[in-house]
Amino acid sequence: MLPTLAAAVSISDSFVFSPVIRPDADILLEITGLHARVEDNAILKGVDLTLRAGEIHAVMGRNGSGKSTLSKVLAGHPAYTVTAGTVTYRGQNLLELSPEERARLGVFLGFQYPVEIPGVSNLEFLRVATNARRVQLGQEELDTFAFEDLVRERIKVVQMDPAFLDRSVNEGFSGGEKKRNEILQMALLEPLVAILDETDSGLDIDALRIVAAGVSQLATADTATLLITHYQRLLEAITPDFVHVMAAGRILRMGGRELALELEERGYDWVDQELAALELG
Amino acid sequence: MGISTVSAKGLAGWTSDLLARLPAPSGPLAAVQRRGREALAALQGPSRRQEAWRFTDLALLAGLDLNPSAALSRGAATDGLARQGTSQSGPGTLRLKLDGGSDPLAGVVLPAGVSPLSESELALALGHTLAATGCEQHWPVELNHASASQLLALRVASRSQVSLELVSDAASELQPLRVLLILEEKAQLQLCQRLTATGAGLTSLVLEAHLGRGARLEHALVALGQVDAALLAHLALEQEPESHVSLVAVSAGWGVSRLEPRIEQVDGSATTTLRGLQVVAGDQIADTHSHMAFGGPEGQLDQLHKAVADGRGRSVFNGAVRVSRAAQRTNAAQLSRSLLLSDRARIDTKPELEIVADDVRCAHGATVSCLQQDELFYLQSRGIAADQASALLKRAFCEEVLRELPAPARRWCPFESLLATHGSDRGPAIAVESGREGLEGEGG
Repeated sequence: MLPTLAAAVSISDSFVFSPVIRPDADILLEITGLHARVEDNAILKGVDLTLRAGEIHAVMGRNGSGKSTLSKVLAGHPAYTVTAGTVTYRGQNLLELSPEERARLGVFLGFQYPVEIPGVSNLEFLRVATNARRVQLGQEELDTFAFEDLVRERIKVVQMDPAFLDRSVNEGFSGGEKKRNEILQMALLEPLVAILDETDSGLDIDALRIVAAGVSQLATADTATLLITHYQRLLEAITPDFVHVMAAGRILRMGGRELALELEERGYDWVDQELAALELG
Repeated sequence: MGISTVSAKGLAGWTSDLLARLPAPSGPLAAVQRRGREALAALQGPSRRQEAWRFTDLALLAGLDLNPSAALSRGAATDGLARQGTSQSGPGTLRLKLDGGSDPLAGVVLPAGVSPLSESELALALGHTLAATGCEQHWPVELNHASASQLLALRVASRSQVSLELVSDAASELQPLRVLLILEEKAQLQLCQRLTATGAGLTSLVLEAHLGRGARLEHALVALGQVDAALLAHLALEQEPESHVSLVAVSAGWGVSRLEPRIEQVDGSATTTLRGLQVVAGDQIADTHSHMAFGGPEGQLDQLHKAVADGRGRSVFNGAVRVSRAAQRTNAAQLSRSLLLSDRARIDTKPELEIVADDVRCAHGATVSCLQQDELFYLQSRGIAADQASALLKRAFCEEVLRELPAPARRWCPFESLLATHGSDRGPAIAVESGREGLEGEGG
């Protein structure tokens, strides 16, 4: 579970922080041959991906490659239909579960565009969500006071102004504040698998560092993290163990951190060429 | 479509039955009762052929077998009970129980700054604001005239600050409530009013208030009915310059309800804030016809009306704003926002602006939406169950109006009671923005 956050990792420490990879570690999430469509458009066309405990994976790709769809399908967004393939989460068929069951069991999606919900207090939203997870874990639900203590401790992970707790969920938050709020939710829900969709988008350098530090801090030997990103700059702050390049709805190539650097250097054109070759062949 | 099974003739028959069964005119309103009965006998009742009632079917009302004498003949015999219902509900707050039949002030010691109107004052003031706001001959008003034998008539003295609570609960009866308030120059009145129903009855409310220069009226009306009960309410307010009206009206649960806030800024230069929330489910009908008139320059209106419609419920909003030639530099904004929760629910919303002056700002807008899928999914993705997530969003929608209720009235309408009529859609135990408090018990 989450290490004591009182011993907060300093920002500079987090840049080199990476969990140990253990080939024998438990498989948390296993995606095989995943096909999915939205309305009549097939978007995912056979995705294979395995996340083990302690691993940080990055999925990179151009806009439209299917990265965000993958994250939404894993979280159970109703607009997407899985047409083939399986997703197993800790031995359980994830696709059979409702979005809320997935969340309670420890699958977390950090949204690219966190939704603003006017009229719903952020603090209460966080408390209800946290309690839903706690009930699943067999822990006691937290009352308002106990929860305030917890949230004030966890908020340090993202260095968010507590004033944002008293506002409506994400309403009027800047891009950076919204992303911090996402990571705060992650810190509270203590997921086993965290899927972070373009968490770096809309962040300035300072916010990116803070968010990345938060994510690094929350990635432990028991959890797996899937970073979905377009740019390599997030990966400068969070070192992935594996990098997957996605194109046209599938994982085209997988490698280590060097793959991200290669993408940064050469752009995505080679991906297109490789894809074209693949389709011709 | 739901063609009424009871025609206008049915309502006419119901009206003549009622007139025949009303006890003989008595009490301070005897003369009004006599005139009202004559008028009601001659008036054609509301029907859907009339523009003002086009969407609002009073079939439920025509089907009510009311015992008019139950409430109306309580009279002196139950004045003791009325006193029991009267209590100091908070520091400086007087709670009065209105039951339509007994003198609400019997045995009550009024706080400093408030006095009952004398007979001569009453003769001058009663009906003045109804006439000024053009509704003295409306059918629901005449119905009240014909049946109300008691009234609450108070004057709030200049520069005094008073807080009043009015509570009424109607059983299977006709409960005619009549209130007349005079706020002198710079007087301030917070009026929290609760109407509830426990039987297949009709609550008829006619409230008129005259605000002197610089006076402030904060009126919260919380009306929580039940499916076989009806509510007809006229709130007529007259504002002198520099006065301020804040009206927050929340209604839910009635089989049929019709609320008509009618406000006249006599010489402009006053401010009016209107907030409305109505909730329908099942086969309920809730109708708000607001009418705002600016008689002079530099008046202001800030109006937000919200509606939640589920089941086969029907919500009607008609927001009239009249800006006379003299009302230059009027600044009015009206917004109607509705949440449609079912394929079979229906929302009719219409601004009705009549502007004769040429230098005015009159903004108006209307939105009708369903629960937002992206908001629902966001909440679900955090482990919040779908039904809880939708209840949370409904609640957030309502909260924009509920949070403007003054504290005593806020306690009267916990969110759960608003959506209680939704059956399985009961609200979750989640507090949103402001604290949740249970329904307050009766004082006594």
